[in-house]
Amino acid sequence: MTRRLLPWLAGAALVVLPFAYQAPYPLHILVVILIWSFAYTSWSVMGRFGLTSLGHGGFMGVGAYVTALLWNKAGLSPWLGIPVALAASAALALLVAYPCFRFRITGHYFALVTLALSGIVLQVITATRDHTGGSLGYTPERYQGGSSLYAIQFGSKTTWYLIALAVWAGGLWVWRRVDRSMLRYALEAISEDEDAAAATGVHVTAEKLKITVLSATMTALAGALYCQYQMFISPDTVSGISVSLQMVFAVVVGGIYVSLGPTVGAVITILLAEILRISFGTRAVGYDNLVYGVLLVLFIIFLPRGILGSFLALWSGRLRPTAAARPARAGSTETP
Amino acid sequence: MGILDIYLLEALINGVLLGGVLALLSLGLNLVFGVIDVVWICYAELIMLGMYGMYFLYTVYHAPLVVAGLACVAAVGVLAVVLHLLVIAPLLGAAPINQLLATGGVLFFLQSSATVLFGIEFKNLGLRLPVLKVSGMFISYARLLAFAAALIGMVLVWLFLSRTYTGAAIRAIAQDRHIMPLMGVDSRRIYVITSALGGGLAGLAACLLVLQYDVHPFVGLSFGPITFLICVLGSLGNFAGGFVAAFVFAEIIALGGLYSDLEWGYVLAFAFFIVMMFVRPQGLMARRS
Repeated sequence: MTRRLLPWLAGAALVVLPFAYQAPYPLHILVVILIWSFAYTSWSVMGRFGLTSLGHGGFMGVGAYVTALLWNKAGLSPWLGIPVALAASAALALLVAYPCFRFRITGHYFALVTLALSGIVLQVITATRDHTGGSLGYTPERYQGGSSLYAIQFGSKTTWYLIALAVWAGGLWVWRRVDRSMLRYALEAISEDEDAAAATGVHVTAEKLKITVLSATMTALAGALYCQYQMFISPDTVSGISVSLQMVFAVVVGGIYVSLGPTVGAVITILLAEILRISFGTRAVGYDNLVYGVLLVLFIIFLPRGILGSFLALWSGRLRPTAAARPARAGSTETP
Repeated sequence: MGILDIYLLEALINGVLLGGVLALLSLGLNLVFGVIDVVWICYAELIMLGMYGMYFLYTVYHAPLVVAGLACVAAVGVLAVVLHLLVIAPLLGAAPINQLLATGGVLFFLQSSATVLFGIEFKNLGLRLPVLKVSGMFISYARLLAFAAALIGMVLVWLFLSRTYTGAAIRAIAQDRHIMPLMGVDSRRIYVITSALGGGLAGLAACLLVLQYDVHPFVGLSFGPITFLICVLGSLGNFAGGFVAAFVFAEIIALGGLYSDLEWGYVLAFAFFIVMMFVRPQGLMARRS
């Protein structure tokens, strides 16, 4: 009974939080954590099936820049601009992923092709600096003093917190839907052995395309949300290879096979960066990535399931001794 | 028309010279991949550290350029062995993608170590190498030197691989890593030697790059991705393929940069790469059918 109730109670507590506690800085950190958690969740939707994309920085960049450019240049409200950006990102994903899957580019090769994709997006943003501001970044124009439903610009952090919370919850919902769908079983079969999966009647290319487009669209939404909240985007913060690697890293640390893993990853990485920044000031430039890098290596060698994943595996082993008594298969994707 | 031809020729020549450096960059990575079957995502960061090594040895400790270069090659080679023993060796049996991600972690680590230790300022050797002027064309001396050194480096590696006993063992391991240990080849030793060799080549590339470019902690990101693409395009682990791909890429960048900004040259090269992956998924010169 408590297991059923717990998520709802936690959700209610999160909704009530900004009304009880309104300090701007912690609220800002929470919004940032929620937005990145959603981005990381979007990556893990496909990443957990062995489809390691290093191109998600590209999708996020498309989401952010298309939304901002349509607003500034064409005066198109983000209510229309964000769907256009999502469609653009989905189209880009289709364009690259279809031939990849059709010609069975997997593993290393898939990671490197998608790496080229984030390289392209980054270079295009930099090269069209007359329109996008290049590496100096880009700012959507403020509308009516920066607080308008039409422009999706809000001065109040509480509003942004609730929006980010809703989107993040939506991301978790999608994750669970995928987790309980036939698509999951098809993709797990594919990640084990493509030929065997195809022989049992799984349409390998179509199933992989579905999850890739879903993941790319969600990532673009995260980019658009980040742009609307921060009101400033630059190729380094929303696009490119380092953002792609950052996503992979946070998910691996949090736990790639559990729904809240990416969120735990985002909480850990962002809090780490903030704590280092506050305690060391400007001297801390680079400290956070130093710790990230070491952690990433250690996690992959010693704890490939991530923090939350390993914790939950231990927990369920303790609750159900029978499960622990069974020979545990390494890398099992069962969620308790 | 005449002016255009001169520019075109200059761009073509600069493309060839850039191709030499790119070929050297991809050679080390290709060697490591071909033998150990691991992609070092942090390869460009090893080069970045080598460039810093050159900078400090030359400008701070006033070592002669050649001595600094040799020390730098050796140091990066040792660094690569440390990387292999600490990170790659424990993961040899793991999923390939985990190895890729672990070296991604090393990338973060090296980049931020450089930021913390050396700061984010751009640094250079302060050398001004002359520019060669041939019938109206300007060709950088540093690039010419880099091209020549790259060719010599590649010939030496080729001689090592084809003429020595250890070289033969390395090629054998690259062909079949499961059978060779049964034939009495100590694969762990070969892996360490290969890592050292790959690192040494990264060190050589660092010496040559630092003559032309400023060094800063994020310099690896500017040529790292292109190096991976070259290796993949030439079929990972295939030296000849990597060589050809390096020149193809360099010409695309040089010619694309001639008609527009340099970034568009890169965009063209990346797009060409993606298209080629669909046309020839196993690379330009596929080893396997």
